[in-house]
Amino acid sequence: MTGDLILQFLAQGAQMTMVLLIAPLAVGVVRLVKARLMRRQGPSLLQGYRDLAKLLRKESVIAESASWLFRSAPYLIFALTWVAAALVPSFASGLMFNWAADVVALVALLGAARALLALAGMDVGTSFGGIGSSREIMIATLAEPAMMLIVLTLAIAAGTTRLAGVADFFIAEPWAVRVSLALSLIALVIVALAENARIPVDNPATHLELTMVHEAMILEYSGRHLALIEAASHLKLVLYLSLLICLFAPFGMAPATAGVAGWLAGLVLWAAKLLLGAALLGVWEVSIAKMRVFRLPDFVGVAFVFGFLAILLAFLSRGAVA
Amino acid sequence: MLDLYASGAALGALVGVALLAATVRGSFLALVYPASAAAAVVLGIVDLHVLLGGGVATAHLPIGLPTIGLHLRLDALSAFFGLVVNGGVLAASLYGMGLDRAKEMTPRVEPLFALFVAAMNLVLLADDAYAFLFSWELMSLASWALVIARHTDPECRRAAHLYLVMAAIGTVALLFAFGGLAGQAGGYAFSTMRNQAPQPLIAALILLAALVGCGSKGGLIPLHAWLPLAHPAAPSHVSALMSGVMTKVAIYCFIRIAFDLLGSPAWWWALPPIVLGVLTAVLGLLYAVLDGDLKRVLAYSTIENVGVIFVALGLALAFRANGQDGAAAVAMAAALLHCLNHSWFKSLLFLGAGVVLHATGRRDLDGLGGLIHRMPRTAVFFLVGALAIAALPPLNGFVSEWLLFQAVMAAPELPQAALHFASPAIGAMLALAAALAAACFVRVYGTAFLGRPRSAEAATAHEAPLIQQVALGGLAVLCVLGGLLGSVLAWALGPVLAQTVGSALPGDGSGPTPLSLVAFDPERSIYDAPVIALFVLIASLATMLVVHRLSARRTRRGPAWDCGFPDPSPLTQYTASSFAQPLRRVYGTTAFAARETVDMPPPGDGRPARLTVVSVDYAWQAFYAVPARLLLRLSERLNALQFLSIRRYLGLMFAALVILLSIAALTT
Repeated sequence: MTGDLILQFLAQGAQMTMVLLIAPLAVGVVRLVKARLMRRQGPSLLQGYRDLAKLLRKESVIAESASWLFRSAPYLIFALTWVAAALVPSFASGLMFNWAADVVALVALLGAARALLALAGMDVGTSFGGIGSSREIMIATLAEPAMMLIVLTLAIAAGTTRLAGVADFFIAEPWAVRVSLALSLIALVIVALAENARIPVDNPATHLELTMVHEAMILEYSGRHLALIEAASHLKLVLYLSLLICLFAPFGMAPATAGVAGWLAGLVLWAAKLLLGAALLGVWEVSIAKMRVFRLPDFVGVAFVFGFLAILLAFLSRGAVA
Repeated sequence: MLDLYASGAALGALVGVALLAATVRGSFLALVYPASAAAAVVLGIVDLHVLLGGGVATAHLPIGLPTIGLHLRLDALSAFFGLVVNGGVLAASLYGMGLDRAKEMTPRVEPLFALFVAAMNLVLLADDAYAFLFSWELMSLASWALVIARHTDPECRRAAHLYLVMAAIGTVALLFAFGGLAGQAGGYAFSTMRNQAPQPLIAALILLAALVGCGSKGGLIPLHAWLPLAHPAAPSHVSALMSGVMTKVAIYCFIRIAFDLLGSPAWWWALPPIVLGVLTAVLGLLYAVLDGDLKRVLAYSTIENVGVIFVALGLALAFRANGQDGAAAVAMAAALLHCLNHSWFKSLLFLGAGVVLHATGRRDLDGLGGLIHRMPRTAVFFLVGALAIAALPPLNGFVSEWLLFQAVMAAPELPQAALHFASPAIGAMLALAAALAAACFVRVYGTAFLGRPRSAEAATAHEAPLIQQVALGGLAVLCVLGGLLGSVLAWALGPVLAQTVGSALPGDGSGPTPLSLVAFDPERSIYDAPVIALFVLIASLATMLVVHRLSARRTRRGPAWDCGFPDPSPLTQYTASSFAQPLRRVYGTTAFAARETVDMPPPGDGRPARLTVVSVDYAWQAFYAVPARLLLRLSERLNALQFLSIRRYLGLMFAALVILLSIAALTT
């Protein structure tokens, strides 16, 4: 029993380490795919790690008007995102953390990280920090209702909001993919793009003043603080990719009792799916242009409408079954 | 019985102090706050004893109306709300003890404060309609008098006038509700009402009357218009009581009528509270997020929270009508916990606003800024309150929010099509409200406490007196503890849930860890706040250690970067209005028909550019302005009746007589 517990603990620790280690690689894949599609050589896949190491070595310049909140926020944001990322089942379901929170709590944890980041953006008292915070928060108000609808669809379909439970449900009946779930997949992809500040919602590569959202918020950060914030946004990307994998392509995920060999197999498969997802993101980002900020309600509104349709279909299909 | 004696003694002493303060004044004014604090402690202990001990204390005194007497009763429900009320009272009284006796205490506020506190407690104790309405009116009038304490300000006078009208309408509605409950026999004691179930149609009318009566006190849209005017107009610790606590008394009244006195519900009773609640939750926050006055933003957010609570109550009614008691318990627990949580963080925020107002003399967000440097402790406490009210984990606001979402996710199992097709809309609107709440409080905190000071007053602000910091800090600690120990609070709610919906949440030990909160069963959903908080703590500490070891630890202070063009003027910062601009463009154009016009003078013209925003408050137009205009026009028409000849008057009287007689002849 104790040995089992230690093994569980180690597995959970392995997951926390894995998401942390793979995050810069996933971002590297996105960047490389984008560069290659634009016929550029592109950075090395390891550039993400090098950037973080470089930032950690640099000194931090903090604005004179910054308060303690500005300095402590990166640590909390990083920790919140990290714990949230560890809550999503990746290579195995039924790990310790899967019991601690359901998807509602997961969304709320990310919300807490975002609120802290928005506050940090306003702390120095510059116009760019404010513009970033206010737009980020506006986008969140658009994305969260859509996310809620997706969660509700899953709850109706699987009868649980625990991610591991949903994954188990979809593994058990993999061919019962209904139309409603395809619709919520589209909705979740849109929400994920909005939450991760990817094109067309926001451009992570931009420093054009008036189009920035996420980059404007973190403009005042440098050195180790910037490294933490960058690492947190990488983690968030991995989190959403893992979430998509866990909900819509959970095959190959090891059950909690699979043991070390099963976990390893699950791990390799998960990493492959994750990097594939990152590559797809790269293709998507090259093939679409960034939208104006006030076109976003239309774009994220699509997620909302699809989420709503998904629920109605879930009702109807359930009615047909019952 | 001993419980009621203790409560009675505390309330009696409180009223005595109020009378002394009103008549003798002088140093007795300052005595009000320690007395209120002591009374709150005594009453709170009594409430806790009744809630956890599971007893019911009743008393029947031969005072009041001759045929009824005075019925008092302290059961689990009133004990729970007693705890809500007295927690807020204790904090507000501590804050009051930090007021300056010479400058800030007047006979217009302090005696009424004690009376207001006593009246709210009396409402909870009342066990017959007469005692209930008497104490309800006492509560309304005492708070009205507190609103008009600064009567020289025309804003306050307008607020107080509107409040008085709306309070009267609310009381009339409650009068009808209790009249319907009493039935033809006129049994005004609650125990009689409980035993006679009214006809379905009558019951529906009673429910609507109760909704109007309680909704007007709690600020349910469209009965909300007075609240954002009146709550901020009162002194800040009274605002805290009105917003944090008095709205909960209104909710108590609704629960008492709908879940206790009215008998078993029909499913469609759920619709009015849910529809109005959802509307209130979203619109309340849209008002809040676009408003520029610190205290008014807080008052609008109170409206939102009342809406959320009404949604939860509506869901509880729906589940109960369908016999799904487990789900009803989840919804009810969400409503009750949200009452408790909101009383903590809203009191905290209003008291914090009071401290800010005292330190700077300003309530306009665009005149504040940078207070985190000048008021470090208040800033921490206010931050806790702001994050808690934004329903962010691991603070207490999220616990009730989580329970509410669990209840919404059970709603598709309801058999009625209207309810289960409504459930996604409810869920989405509540999620929108939660996201808007985060937006609203990031905006409030970011403009008032962060950034650089936007006015001389904000730049020279000072920290609050120690006792006020204790009040704020205590509430902040409660917000944190309530978030971590949500499962304990849910367990303590057991007797109230058993009394109102006849079921309780799954008990201790049903989850994987002792302190995890389980709504239905662990397989379905769990929220384990202590584990998450612990891991976030460990993760941030570990990160801090590792980063400090790995990184160059050099830190330098320099001017802000701001893309290379930092401007020294604090006016170049984002303000509260500019922060709200994207939200106004996305939501305000629909909700308030907000239009902005930019007047940009051509090159060479020296005039400043001007941005004008016009918006329409539809609720005010439809429910206040238009009826008031119609009423005026009608009274102008009727005015002609004053100037008739005597022949016409006699004719009118004759016609009236004929009509009345024919009615009498037809009906008998």
